Amino acid sequence: MDKVTNILLAGVGGQGILLASEVLSEVLMMAGYDVKKNEVHGMSQRGGSVTSHVRFGEKVYSPIIPEGEADILFGFEILETCRYMPFLKANGKIVVNRLQIMPSSVATGLERYPENLEAMIMSKVPETKVVDGLDLAVNAGNPRTVNTVLLGALSKMMDIDLKLWNQALEKMVPKKFIAENLKAFELGRQS
Amino acid sequence: MAKEILSGNEAIARGAYEAGVKLAVAYPGTPSTEILENTIKYPSIDSSWAPNEKVALEVGIGACLGGARSLVTMKHVGLNVAADPLFTLSYTGVRSGLVLVVADDPELHSSQNEQDSRHYARAAKMPMFEPADSQEALDFTRLAYDVSEQFDTPVFVRTTTRISHSKSIVEEAEPQTGLPEPSLKRDPAKFVMLPGNARKRHHVVEDELLKMADWAAQQPFNRIEERSAEVGVITSGVSYQYAREVLPDASVLKLGLVYPLAKKLISDFAARFKTLYVIEELEPFIEDQVRAMGIDVIGKDCLPICGELTPGRVAAAIGHEELVVNHTADVDLPNRPPNMCPGCPHRGVFYNLKRLKAFVTGDIGCYTLGFMPPLSAMDSCICMGASVGNASGLNKVLPESEKQKVVGVIGDSTFLHTGINGLMDMVYNGSTATLVILDNRTTAMTGRQENPSSGFTLVGQESKEVDLEALCRSVGVEHVRTVNPWDLEQTRSVLQEEMDRKAPSVVITRGPCILIKRDMGQRKTPLEVDADKCTGCKACLNIGCPAIEWRPDEGERGKAVVSQLLCVGCGICDQLCKFDAFKLVDSEVKNG
Repeated sequence: MDKVTNILLAGVGGQGILLASEVLSEVLMMAGYDVKKNEVHGMSQRGGSVTSHVRFGEKVYSPIIPEGEADILFGFEILETCRYMPFLKANGKIVVNRLQIMPSSVATGLERYPENLEAMIMSKVPETKVVDGLDLAVNAGNPRTVNTVLLGALSKMMDIDLKLWNQALEKMVPKKFIAENLKAFELGRQS
Repeated sequence: MAKEILSGNEAIARGAYEAGVKLAVAYPGTPSTEILENTIKYPSIDSSWAPNEKVALEVGIGACLGGARSLVTMKHVGLNVAADPLFTLSYTGVRSGLVLVVADDPELHSSQNEQDSRHYARAAKMPMFEPADSQEALDFTRLAYDVSEQFDTPVFVRTTTRISHSKSIVEEAEPQTGLPEPSLKRDPAKFVMLPGNARKRHHVVEDELLKMADWAAQQPFNRIEERSAEVGVITSGVSYQYAREVLPDASVLKLGLVYPLAKKLISDFAARFKTLYVIEELEPFIEDQVRAMGIDVIGKDCLPICGELTPGRVAAAIGHEELVVNHTADVDLPNRPPNMCPGCPHRGVFYNLKRLKAFVTGDIGCYTLGFMPPLSAMDSCICMGASVGNASGLNKVLPESEKQKVVGVIGDSTFLHTGINGLMDMVYNGSTATLVILDNRTTAMTGRQENPSSGFTLVGQESKEVDLEALCRSVGVEHVRTVNPWDLEQTRSVLQEEMDRKAPSVVITRGPCILIKRDMGQRKTPLEVDADKCTGCKACLNIGCPAIEWRPDEGERGKAVVSQLLCVGCGICDQLCKFDAFKLVDSEVKNG
């Protein structure tokens, strides 16, 4: 049986991770793969830790990624990326947004945001791709295109026709925001 | 036909449409909510939110009396509310197909327990389908209507969070046509469940279940995947996916119908294997029945009853392989629990309840987050509507010195769900507790659904609004006060007065959920902290607002900073600051 590829998205509720995983799944379906994706709604939003599991291949069974089997950890925030590192395969890769969002215990002064997390990630997984998502989104013309920038960076690690990415974005992004999203995707891809 | 990538919930809505469903009704509840949010895409279906699951099922039965196919959906705990009509509905059977979707939540991602609703199929004597992916969610829903009519019974479709919220590729089909038009048809022997009629119907139910078990042994939804001659697995639902992942070479009997079990199929399958697993989440529901047939299996002696299954947990349980952890962060990572949104109208209410040292009987909704520090102002949370009865009972048994500390807290939607009954009891039976109705004009936790007091229906049409004040007065509450929850001092003094009052009283804190889209006007200019005035006293941190960030290294004692991205200018922090350090962004003016 052909192998299944696993991408774990991790970040904070409200960052738009579910929409990013929708675009990713759409691209994979267009590329002809069997695709499953899963996330949890409800209590885990409201600023809590959020993950989305995306799996694709010839035939996918489980909608959630087996522990220790993620090929790519796709992080939207540094701390949340660290939290889900145990899901990553021995030779797995990381794409991560250079962003820190304070959890409530840090924001209220009870704990500190751990220092040097980015360096720690780099020391464990040296080929990690760190993306300045917000800067590139601003360059693309709209700070709200961070997730599209990140998808662009992710696309470099995947063997999927660029045309399909653009088609999926055109299908899923509202018309008036298409131009800036295509730009954002391109900037992420080149980063 | 078209291929789409659909969630289990979207696929169930599609299946209902393809089955010619005319009416769909529900009370929102994670993970079932999106089913009804998707039936509204099909104008041929009358979709609506009922005030609670019992009413939803009764509305569904009404449509069935008229000969229209109907869909009723709820989360697992909602089924407890609907259990009364359910147990008699299985006796009456149906005139036209009635399907009840129940969505369980193993692992309690967003629930107060992890009950296994498969037990309801057996207890209420109703067949239950269990899909393992979105395609089956669509196919089984559609099929369930034919089964409902063929065997004259309501039919369950049971999902779990991982089925409802997983997306997978689905092939859609054309909707069924040629179904009979709804009409009046009297059939009292079948639908009037007086003892004389019900006694006869009970025999019909038992006969149909036996027929169904035989029939199910021949149906493609119960299928055998032949592989190993040594190892066999009996499984269903999402557990099937994990079993396939962990035991790719095993032969699998995958059950689509988990009640009644196709016993002949199971015993023939079981006889062929030296090693036989039953892999299922939560309770040993299939396992116990298989063991009762005299078949020895490996099941809950190694698989967990608590929590959901995952591929790793199944592998570990059956001793297949050790979990491999290749990377860890090597540092303690602060947790990131959910929190009330910036600008949430509930925040100030809980801040005050804590200050007043109230003993808070809580309820189900976003406001259950009032439990989290630093607000830490919730002392019980049982089920929908429980806050009111809990407050009454507690108030009655306490000594005079503590009686008036008891405050029930409930949201508008939850109050109308099952809180109003408790309020009648509070007045009727002389409790002197206080009830706070947190009226945020929506059913917020599940994603802002309309309710009978919001003024709109599921499809967005304007509707009559329940007048909460008038409703409370009508059941005999003489002291009903309404406050603006963003005004801390007003809220505190009214809460204090009503807590002290030796009579039942209601305080309605009325402020729309900050996320309601039609009312975005309440978002105001963000505030900022004047660093020169901030003394680092940390008073503003006591409300746990996600927009306020503590910077321990600034100034002598640290300083507070407001995130301009998150702040919606509700001004609660400003009311707490004794040093006037909060001001409108880009302004020298103190926020008024």
